[in-house]
Amino acid sequence: MATFRFDLVSPEKIAFSGDVDQVDIPGVEGDFGVLAGHAPVVAAIRPGIVTVTKGGKQQKVVVLGGIAEVSDKGLTVLADVATSVADLDAAQFAQTVASMEAQLASKQGSELDRAIERLDHFKSIQQQLQTTAMH
Amino acid sequence: MASLKDMRVRIASTKATQKITKAMQMVAASKLRRAQMAAEAARPYAEKMEAVIGNIASAAAGSPGAPTLLAGTGRDKVHMLLVCTGERGLSGAFNSSIVRLAREHAQSLLGQGKEVKIFCVGRKGYEQLKRIFDRQIVETIELRSVRQLGFVNAEDIAAKLLARFDAGEFDVCTLFYSRFKSVISQIPTAQQIIPLVIEKPAANAGPATSYEYEPGEDEILTSLLPRNIAVQIFRALLENNASFYGAQMTAMDNATRNAGEMIRKQTLVYNRTRQAMITKELIEIISGAEAV
Repeated sequence: MATFRFDLVSPEKIAFSGDVDQVDIPGVEGDFGVLAGHAPVVAAIRPGIVTVTKGGKQQKVVVLGGIAEVSDKGLTVLADVATSVADLDAAQFAQTVASMEAQLASKQGSELDRAIERLDHFKSIQQQLQTTAMH
Repeated sequence: MASLKDMRVRIASTKATQKITKAMQMVAASKLRRAQMAAEAARPYAEKMEAVIGNIASAAAGSPGAPTLLAGTGRDKVHMLLVCTGERGLSGAFNSSIVRLAREHAQSLLGQGKEVKIFCVGRKGYEQLKRIFDRQIVETIELRSVRQLGFVNAEDIAAKLLARFDAGEFDVCTLFYSRFKSVISQIPTAQQIIPLVIEKPAANAGPATSYEYEPGEDEILTSLLPRNIAVQIFRALLENNASFYGAQMTAMDNATRNAGEMIRKQTLVYNRTRQAMITKELIEIISGAEAV
């Protein structure tokens, strides 16, 4: 299977860099998979899980928003925060979600809408993490 | 003339100072390595961000509906200077050289009849700038309590800056920081971040790839531009941090060497005086014995 270059960078570090078979990305308008030879796309990312497939093995990375760029040179994901699922502290994540929920009350208008949307994304990450952990 | 005891005390105190500067040099050297690594780790993100924005922006810049962060407000009246300096001194000309660049910039703008506002990041820059530009300083952020410089710090600064921009408080923003070239060379730099300056693609780069956008081009651009401000500030902070330790290391290295030189000179004077006293006492004893 043809491979392509994939870089996952966050402001603080390079979270992943190498040749891969497939990457599944949580776009704001729905998830999409990227294979070698994908058409050039720039897509915004919602908080979610990026799945990297390489030689039959899967690796999951939690990203909290950002942007993905597919060009003829490969795929680049500029993530706001990128944490490998293995490194993610579930308890701390739950705490973040709880504190976001608590802050909802103080927000209003479009800010509230955005906060609710973001919280939904976080909760869906949490749920996905829990279901994968059971397997 | 100082007594022998005074001289001994002075030599001891110089030695103590030398120990301190030596320790500071070593601490700066080890922190420099970490700061340099952090600055290098942030570079790919900033570069990719620049490339993506450059791609989208070159298409959007001409259109009338382009965001103000990219196209500017159409005016050039009020300038915001975002001056990033260190929190501590004892680092040679590090803070002063950034402040000097900002000051010259501000004075030339004022000379042209423009309005200047200053946003200080870092205590040292604020202390130096408030002497001349006390009225122009609109905001100060100190990063003193921050142990590990994170992206959140930059986001915080960017949010404050953008809130002022959205309120129409300024038209152009220039970022001042010290670019880390090497341990012995840090270059104070001025970089315009609002409106964004896009470097023209190289002539031999070939035709730009035509992208599909998901969602629309405008949505991506409006979310990306504020982010880019934060990224640029983050990069400036990291470069500054590395520059600071580089400058401090060099300064402390010099101080240690100067202290060594001073100790050598003081010891020479001390020994000479001691010898002179001994000789004088001997003469007194001998001439006393001869008189008897």
